Amino acid sequence: MNAAATEADHHHGPAPGLMRWVTTTNHKDIGTLYLWFSLIMFFIGGLMALIIRSELFQPGLQIVDPHFFNQMTTMHALIMIFGVVMPAFVGLANWMLPIMIGAPDMALPRMNNWSFWILPFGFGIMLSTLFMDGGGPSAGWTLYPPLSLQTGDAFPYLIFSIHMLGVSSIMGAINIVATIMNLRAPGMTFMKMPLFVWTWFITAYLLIAVMPVLAGAVTMLLTDKFFGTSFFNAAGGGDPVMFQHIFWFFGHPEVYILILPSFGLVSEIIPTFSRKRLFGYSSMVYATASIAFLSFIVWAHHMFTVGMPLTGELFFMFTTMLIAVPTGVKVFNWISTMWRGAMTFETPMLFALGFVVMFTIGGFSGLMLAMTPIDFQYHDTYFVVAHFHYVLVPGAIFGIVAGVYYWLPKWTGNMYNETLGKVHFWTSTVFVNILFFPMHFVGLAGMPRRIPDYAVQFADFNAIATVGAFGFGFSQILLLVLVIKCIRGGEKATDQVWEGAQGLEWTLSSPPPYHSFSVQPVIK
Amino acid sequence: MAQAAGNHYYVPEVAKWPILGSIGLTLLLGGFSSYLNENPIGMPIMLSGFAVVIFMMFGWFGEVIRESERGAYSKWEDKSFRLGMSWFIFSEVMFFAAFFGALYYAREFSVPWLLGEGAGAETHHQLWSGYTEMWPTNGPADMGESDFHMGWWPLPFINTVILLTSGLTLTWAHHAIKVNDRKKLIIGLALTVALGFIFVYLQAVEYQEAYHEGMKLTSGIYGSTFFMLTGFHGLHVSLGAIMLLVMLIRSIKGHFTPERHFAFEAAAWYWHFVDVVWLGLFIFVYIL
Repeated sequence: MNAAATEADHHHGPAPGLMRWVTTTNHKDIGTLYLWFSLIMFFIGGLMALIIRSELFQPGLQIVDPHFFNQMTTMHALIMIFGVVMPAFVGLANWMLPIMIGAPDMALPRMNNWSFWILPFGFGIMLSTLFMDGGGPSAGWTLYPPLSLQTGDAFPYLIFSIHMLGVSSIMGAINIVATIMNLRAPGMTFMKMPLFVWTWFITAYLLIAVMPVLAGAVTMLLTDKFFGTSFFNAAGGGDPVMFQHIFWFFGHPEVYILILPSFGLVSEIIPTFSRKRLFGYSSMVYATASIAFLSFIVWAHHMFTVGMPLTGELFFMFTTMLIAVPTGVKVFNWISTMWRGAMTFETPMLFALGFVVMFTIGGFSGLMLAMTPIDFQYHDTYFVVAHFHYVLVPGAIFGIVAGVYYWLPKWTGNMYNETLGKVHFWTSTVFVNILFFPMHFVGLAGMPRRIPDYAVQFADFNAIATVGAFGFGFSQILLLVLVIKCIRGGEKATDQVWEGAQGLEWTLSSPPPYHSFSVQPVIK
Repeated sequence: MAQAAGNHYYVPEVAKWPILGSIGLTLLLGGFSSYLNENPIGMPIMLSGFAVVIFMMFGWFGEVIRESERGAYSKWEDKSFRLGMSWFIFSEVMFFAAFFGALYYAREFSVPWLLGEGAGAETHHQLWSGYTEMWPTNGPADMGESDFHMGWWPLPFINTVILLTSGLTLTWAHHAIKVNDRKKLIIGLALTVALGFIFVYLQAVEYQEAYHEGMKLTSGIYGSTFFMLTGFHGLHVSLGAIMLLVMLIRSIKGHFTPERHFAFEAAAWYWHFVDVVWLGLFIFVYIL
């Protein structure tokens, strides 16, 4: 081995220019790419949400035609799930996981580059479908046949873009598993790993297990449309409902993929600003693992009304309600961590607290939806929309934003503007509730989802929700401004950044060197 | 944690192949989509994308092989490769699980329901009252108009024997590499690759026979599950055989040592994986 050459490898800085970002193998560079990509997609997906809400501001059809409205609901979901939340999590993992476990980099650095660089191409294909004959996909992100098979020219592009995003996710997840299993610093035993590492470890297994199942499901859609197979065609002995089973076998673990890393982020942040150790660390780990396990046996609660044997309805109802137990353990532990802590309320803590309260609201409406007889009333109404937006926006997204504020001083070496951060928190929190809370009411009153027009009795609450949507959307510009300002300068951050922060990332300088932990630290 | 404190983990400086891979994939899949939409430029774009992907794979794997041969990797990096390969194989297992799940669902639920079982009684009576065919079935609308059943004898059985034998020859080659018996290694690998391609050839013969009898991909749920499961399996056997072929060429070139031959093992793991999938196919598609 050419020792001198590899030593030189290790002490160089980043290459100059654009090619640095295209060919990088550095986990911090790739993490930055993921995070910027996610932020850009957040604004694109958000713009689509505003088109949806504008149309729904009052009854009747005024701004877009129904077909375009359906394209917007479909693309909004696909972008927010695969283009915003998942890349943001992978970006945070790329930046922080190696540092938090004392690793030199990610385990498979070249593949790491590819996991990111598939994404812009995959989304390029997906977004281009909006300009094709017959428009973009409009059957909802769940792609239920036979409706989804009526998509125009966009159809094969949609299927293959989903394949590409799946390949990217699987490679990212494999990399995270390999990094955690192989690159922990000496002494960093599994039960000493920070909670963010643990939740990502479990999330990565979920990704590896279910993304291929999604690939299989959409492949069957493709062959049903173009090659004459009968998977989802009753005339040939198949069943459209079969697609829903396969899809939700992916889809339910997927919703935990979208929340578990946020659990981890909040579990990092609350102890820091409570100046106490996390209450019930090992129960947090076991609760996360239990949620992940249960996620594989609850999928048909998305399909209570499609026609299932009664035993199936009961089984999926009970297993679903069981999830409330480990989730309750988590919420209990977060609150117990704060109990008698010396708490301060910097922006990351505010977002984490907002997460705990509002995610729990989403959890409770989920419990209502879990009950089969009640779900018959709620299914496909705005109550469902309210439920999953509560767990995804003030849940997953607030967790991500909390993580960004928490580590932004570490990444840039500068403190962000605390006042601006607090304004961002309060406007986001107020508007997100104005946006989504009324949806519970119209949903319980029977307003169906995915329809551009509605009965006049729903008008007031819809108008309120639209005001909330624009308020929430424009509040996010504050985040963009704040991040740019923080990168360009500001008060210098110390290495420790936060008084109560624990963990390896705070032992490095702010910003950390291009290659952190070339020599691994030893954990006592 | 295989490393001692203070060890150095190899991180390549730049990765120039991934971006090429993304461009290739985009051309390949975008071109295929365009072809499916009956656009004449679809096929050439798809083929050019395929060429780019192949070129990328030669470049990327070649670079890793050169690094490995010059000793850039220690046991520590080796473990990352092992973890990566094993979880990749697990993801492949889950891909097949989706199709096995479809087969199970069709046989246990959708076909019995169409035949009037349980809550399907009224549907059967109203829509498909003449439908009485049990598995294998091409559905109540008699899709593709064929009732041909793929038996497990003789070709699938011969193929089972071939794949199991290839597992043995591969293990034999693995033992040879460990005792540094290059000749046995090359013979074992060559036999395995040959058996792999014979398997694929016999599958092609079987497909031809099926199509001759009118049993096609379009023959309802039976044709769909049969051809998609065996087709994806055949594709994986071909890939596995190509991997082993590369290992054979590398063995002839003098790569690998008795201690360090992870690429060989990765290809062997992959081969055993397609072997096990075949056993599942043999039982659930052909016998039951």
